[in-house]
Amino acid sequence: MKKLKFTSILMLCCSILLAQQTPAPKQIKDIAIVGATAHIGNGNIIENSIIIIKNGKIDTIGKSERPKLNDQDINVINAKGKHVYPGFIVPNSTLGLIEIDAVKASVDNAEIGALNPNIRSLIAYNAESKIVESMRPNGVLIGQITPRGGRISGTSSVVQFDAWNWEDAAVRIDEGLHVNWPKSFSRGRWWLGEDPALKPNKDYDKQVTELNNYFLQSHAYDKNANNHLPFKATKGVFNDSKKLYMHVDYEKGILDAIAFAKKNNIKNMVIVGGREAYKATSTLKINNIPVILQRVHSTPNSDDDDYDISYKHAKLLVDQDILVALETSGDMERMNTRNLPFHAGTTVAHGLSKEQALQLITLNAAIILGIDAEYGSLTQGKSATLFISEGDALDMRTNILTHAFIDGRAVNLETHQTKLWKRYSKKYKEQNKLVSKP
Amino acid sequence: MLSLLCSLSFYAQDYFPTNNGVAKNNTNYTAITNAKIFITPTNVIKKGTLLFKDGKIVNVGTSVRIPKSTYIIDASGKHVYPSFIDMYSSFGIEKPIRKPRQQTQQYDASRTGFYWNDHIMPENNALTKFKYNSKQAKALIKAGFGVVNTHIQNGIIRGRGALIALNNNGGNERRIISDNSGLYLSLNRSVTTNQSYPTSIMGSMALLRQVYLDANWYSKGLSKTKDLSLEALNKHKNLVQIMEAGSRANIIRTDKVGDQSGIQYTILGGGDEYERIKDVKATNAPLIIPINFPDAYDVEDSFLTSALTLHQMRAWNQKPTNPKVLADHGITFALTTHGLKSPGKFKANLAIALKYGLSKAKALEALTTIPAQLLKKSNTIGSLKKGLLANFLITSGDIFDEKTIIYENWVQGEQNIIESMNNIDIRGDHTFSLDNQKYTLTLKGELSKLKSEIKSGKDILGSKVTYKDHWLNITLKTKDTINKAFIRIVAQPDANKNLKGKAIMPNGLDMPFISNYKKKDDVVKSKDAKDKKLTNKILPVTYPNNAYGFNKLPKAETLLFKNATVWTNEKEGVLEKTDILIKNGIIANIGKNLSYSKAKTIDATGKHITAGIIDEHSHIATASVNEAGQNSTAEVTIEDVIDETDVNIYRNLAGGVTSIQILHGSANPIGGRSAIIKLKWGESANNLIYKNSPKFIKFALGENVKQSRYSNGVRFPQTRMGVEQVFVDYFSRAKAYNALKKSKKPYRKDLELEAIAEIINKKRFISCHSYIQSEINMLMKVAEQFNFNVNTFTHILEGYKVADKMKAHGVGASTFSDWWAYKYEVNDAIPYNAAIMHEQGLIVAINSDDAEMSRRLNQEAAKSVKYGNVSEEDALKFVTLNPAKLLHIDQKVGSLKVGKDADIVLWTDHPLSIYAKAEKTIIEGVTYFDLEKDKKIRAQIKKEKIQLVNMMLLAKNKGLKTQPIKKKEKKYLHCNSIDNEQHKQHQH
Repeated sequence: MKKLKFTSILMLCCSILLAQQTPAPKQIKDIAIVGATAHIGNGNIIENSIIIIKNGKIDTIGKSERPKLNDQDINVINAKGKHVYPGFIVPNSTLGLIEIDAVKASVDNAEIGALNPNIRSLIAYNAESKIVESMRPNGVLIGQITPRGGRISGTSSVVQFDAWNWEDAAVRIDEGLHVNWPKSFSRGRWWLGEDPALKPNKDYDKQVTELNNYFLQSHAYDKNANNHLPFKATKGVFNDSKKLYMHVDYEKGILDAIAFAKKNNIKNMVIVGGREAYKATSTLKINNIPVILQRVHSTPNSDDDDYDISYKHAKLLVDQDILVALETSGDMERMNTRNLPFHAGTTVAHGLSKEQALQLITLNAAIILGIDAEYGSLTQGKSATLFISEGDALDMRTNILTHAFIDGRAVNLETHQTKLWKRYSKKYKEQNKLVSKP
Repeated sequence: MLSLLCSLSFYAQDYFPTNNGVAKNNTNYTAITNAKIFITPTNVIKKGTLLFKDGKIVNVGTSVRIPKSTYIIDASGKHVYPSFIDMYSSFGIEKPIRKPRQQTQQYDASRTGFYWNDHIMPENNALTKFKYNSKQAKALIKAGFGVVNTHIQNGIIRGRGALIALNNNGGNERRIISDNSGLYLSLNRSVTTNQSYPTSIMGSMALLRQVYLDANWYSKGLSKTKDLSLEALNKHKNLVQIMEAGSRANIIRTDKVGDQSGIQYTILGGGDEYERIKDVKATNAPLIIPINFPDAYDVEDSFLTSALTLHQMRAWNQKPTNPKVLADHGITFALTTHGLKSPGKFKANLAIALKYGLSKAKALEALTTIPAQLLKKSNTIGSLKKGLLANFLITSGDIFDEKTIIYENWVQGEQNIIESMNNIDIRGDHTFSLDNQKYTLTLKGELSKLKSEIKSGKDILGSKVTYKDHWLNITLKTKDTINKAFIRIVAQPDANKNLKGKAIMPNGLDMPFISNYKKKDDVVKSKDAKDKKLTNKILPVTYPNNAYGFNKLPKAETLLFKNATVWTNEKEGVLEKTDILIKNGIIANIGKNLSYSKAKTIDATGKHITAGIIDEHSHIATASVNEAGQNSTAEVTIEDVIDETDVNIYRNLAGGVTSIQILHGSANPIGGRSAIIKLKWGESANNLIYKNSPKFIKFALGENVKQSRYSNGVRFPQTRMGVEQVFVDYFSRAKAYNALKKSKKPYRKDLELEAIAEIINKKRFISCHSYIQSEINMLMKVAEQFNFNVNTFTHILEGYKVADKMKAHGVGASTFSDWWAYKYEVNDAIPYNAAIMHEQGLIVAINSDDAEMSRRLNQEAAKSVKYGNVSEEDALKFVTLNPAKLLHIDQKVGSLKVGKDADIVLWTDHPLSIYAKAEKTIIEGVTYFDLEKDKKIRAQIKKEKIQLVNMMLLAKNKGLKTQPIKKKEKKYLHCNSIDNEQHKQHQH
């Protein structure tokens, strides 16, 4: 009894000390993953593969025919029957910007004002968020942290999900500007007695013109001046140092946004959300515009839509050779982001192949976010940001991670949640033992 | 336009002093002679006489003796009809001004001496707010109305109405036919009070039921206090009870409340009754029907057009058929101007209804005899029988012909001239010559607002006409386009409609003017006939009447599935290569190599069959979720507000869901009663509910019920400590209530305590929204104190912390697979929750609380395999057999067993796989979802929408009015959704 008490006190202490998981140290020893099915992320697989990780990079990837490995120089992971994937990448995410939706003090995702290009998400990113750590056991290892709200929400950065602080987490800093394209429909102000129904937005043209003027002003702005931070922050989209992420849903908006980018000579625009992108495929294709597609697990926009429109949307775009990645924004988006692989899995039930679906959350996302030189696929020379799963990682039942690496660092897969699971499982185990042995 | 001849005033106010001259007491009779008189819509006399005096009909017939002192109006060739009656009006009563919202919620009534709820105002009397509005009256008179029943359109019980004659002469002493002409009700809150309760339709329904019970109890003298509202309600219970439902769905709902309370309401409908006409008919309720048919949408912008739903578009196409459909089904209905922008629109819309097949006789009844009869005033108004008010119309012909002119509308024997009878109808084509030039003059439009078109040869010349006091004035531009010059003509028609007069030429000289009226009756008639013929195809109604509705309700089939992997959920486990026979809606056989010649055989090789998915916690298919107006609302029930048109039913079927519990939300510690339904898409709301449904009620704990996100909550409780006390208090009261009932002493029947007493008596089960361990434990202890068990903890995200205690108590758990982090109380929520509780021996279900997730509940169950190594068979039970057990419907559903309901799903793949799709979803042998059929329906929807767009474009080209596009927004209801609330956070 005494002993039991002591154990529980000890456990309690541990759980306080280890409120968050400790980021993994830099890779020292080489690692070889042997025998797994390697899902490259570009549509291909290598069965019975070998992957050697050196200095945080993929040193070798290929068929594991006759591996000659010296156990003393290298950690060998026997992954026969298992699967290796590049770390999943989630664009357009607010992970680390909000901890608990309903607690205002923990909410840091949207600044006041309509035009906030200079707002930077990176510095508010909480690397120690309990929600961020819960991404890792499902294979989501990289995210684009994106501010929300207003016409121009601000500037996003890409981070990896195992770091002491935002500076260490940063993968690509201030890489994109996020604009919410004027909506085709607007709502009456019901609190002023107006009809709350959605009606065509009568200010649409005005809002588009305002946005256009803002871009013209930013373009004209002297880049060496320092008296207008927002203009300065917008300038990047003209010289390709920043991508323009256009958040837009309706067909008309998508077409207008593409015209807007052309007119303003913006070469790197990405459609984010794109509920009706499937209606604009030819224009998207001709202009080579990638789409970060809204949450696959969404209800259709209209009563009349196909029940599976959100499920098969990716297929409709991929079939037209449009570069597609998936995002998870919306209700409960942060905690839901760990389901990113299953969003991809759903696209398989609705037409894509498994490897195509995998591309949506690996290489395609990396290309769109401009981090594909380092991330997004199992390619020699790229960062060893990958994981090993017991089975098919796009299916809930078999997405069971044994190892995950970010830049070759072996990431801790424990979380606040796994600790509670183990703690209470143990409680019952011991309790039941006591009951069965009187 | 409308003139009133004051000189014809008949009445004298005998006992009023006169200081403006000598007493004038007109004792003359008035007779309208030689008219075709519609005494009633079916009793019509030709060359009849209508004799009246002092505002009342003295005699009517073909051989009426005309007394000496009679003022005679010859109405040869004219028709005489009773004036119309509008029994749903707010005439003369200003729209109540909305009280601004307050920062702080108001839970108590604003008044004393009346019912405890501000929205119940049977004591109101329309006349206290009534001010005769002669401008409004003129518009109504012009539209043919003589009498309106007006009332204060505010609140749930709105008080009694007043029957008002639209007599512009004199004062209210003559206009008021009755100050007691019906009691008005609705489901809508009063806008002049901020008292919270009720916040929902179901709250309004429950409140009405309770008010009736209270009135009955009060009438027995059992109340210790004075209640003027209940006294008024009792006093007026024999009046016609007029309920504003405003929609087909609410007709069914309000009629149910009436039936349960022994009242047959006369119900204001919504014009959408045709969508489920048989259900409307079954209410036996007399209806009052608006005819505000929608304009076509402006569909020229194809981007915007894509936002229109099939239901919106069909409404334009189908709504004009509503009056005809009602008539065809023998439903008693009156027509009203309610919902129209102005009474001026009435005639045109009525013409549309006639064009769509409403018979003239029915239309006339619906405007005269029926409203009179519904108001129990057939002896005063509604026909032209002896002794009734002299309220009648004189028209040029059949009142429902578009060309017909209403000349006069007499109200209480007072003449209102709309169009002078002296003005000969000169509409048509006239030809004349001036200066050797031939002209054709076409006159059209309303006689008082004539429009002209003058042609000479091929030229159309500019012209303007006025026709007043039987003189026609024409201004005509000459052909000379350089020197703008005019010919002015003034002329009068003769009996043959030929015009005679003079023309003043541009040079100032007068010339005689003579024109010939071209009799073109034949031509006009054929054109009329063409106009009258319906050009639009009327699209068939589906069930429900929106996209994916069935043309005909599907029937149960005998089906034999061959060679499937069958997940029985029974001790047989998963059976490979097995057949299932479905017959008479139940599972008739499960085994190998079954054959049954009468069955439709379906090859299910490589596919899987499971029991239909059951969602313990859903908020789809309902019009309300929360009644948030009080901390306990056990009296409300979701069964009252099921919305069978919600497309999420169909979408859930596409995810293999067959049964759901629609729970009340979590706005209060004691919520409302549940509805347990089967997703029988296409059926009427009431047919979805389980037969002998187990009784459930929602309870809730934690952040939502203590109003954590209110900046200044005033409702008890505001802490978890208070939540316990709410329960202890209510259970104590319910116990005392039980005891009082058993004692046979008189008691006040209380619907709220009835439900709570049922809990104590183990007749009603609690499904309690719960998160953290302290409160979970608390509710179990409270229940134990009152000697019952909590049935289900729903959400129960910290259930894993007290699973042993839950097991000991005997409660089940229905949880989310992996939700957390959305509020403070879910900080310790873990996806291993289901697994731990399952290991501890609890009955565990996984639920959705979300319209999207519910269509992937198989995937949510599969997460338990990942999080906690639950076996696949057990995981599937989390969304099938276990929720069936929790809902006490496992005798019928939840597993595949001979004799159970044939609620099954055919999956394309392993049912827990992310790659599986539901291929067929079957309830009681009826295939409600089928992947192949779904493809066909999609094509059909596209086709029908294109058809409707074309019709609307045609309508616009024809010059018909259009309306701007509105986007229908799907409202997704969650635990904390409030009716009519637009923007809200989702806090589950």
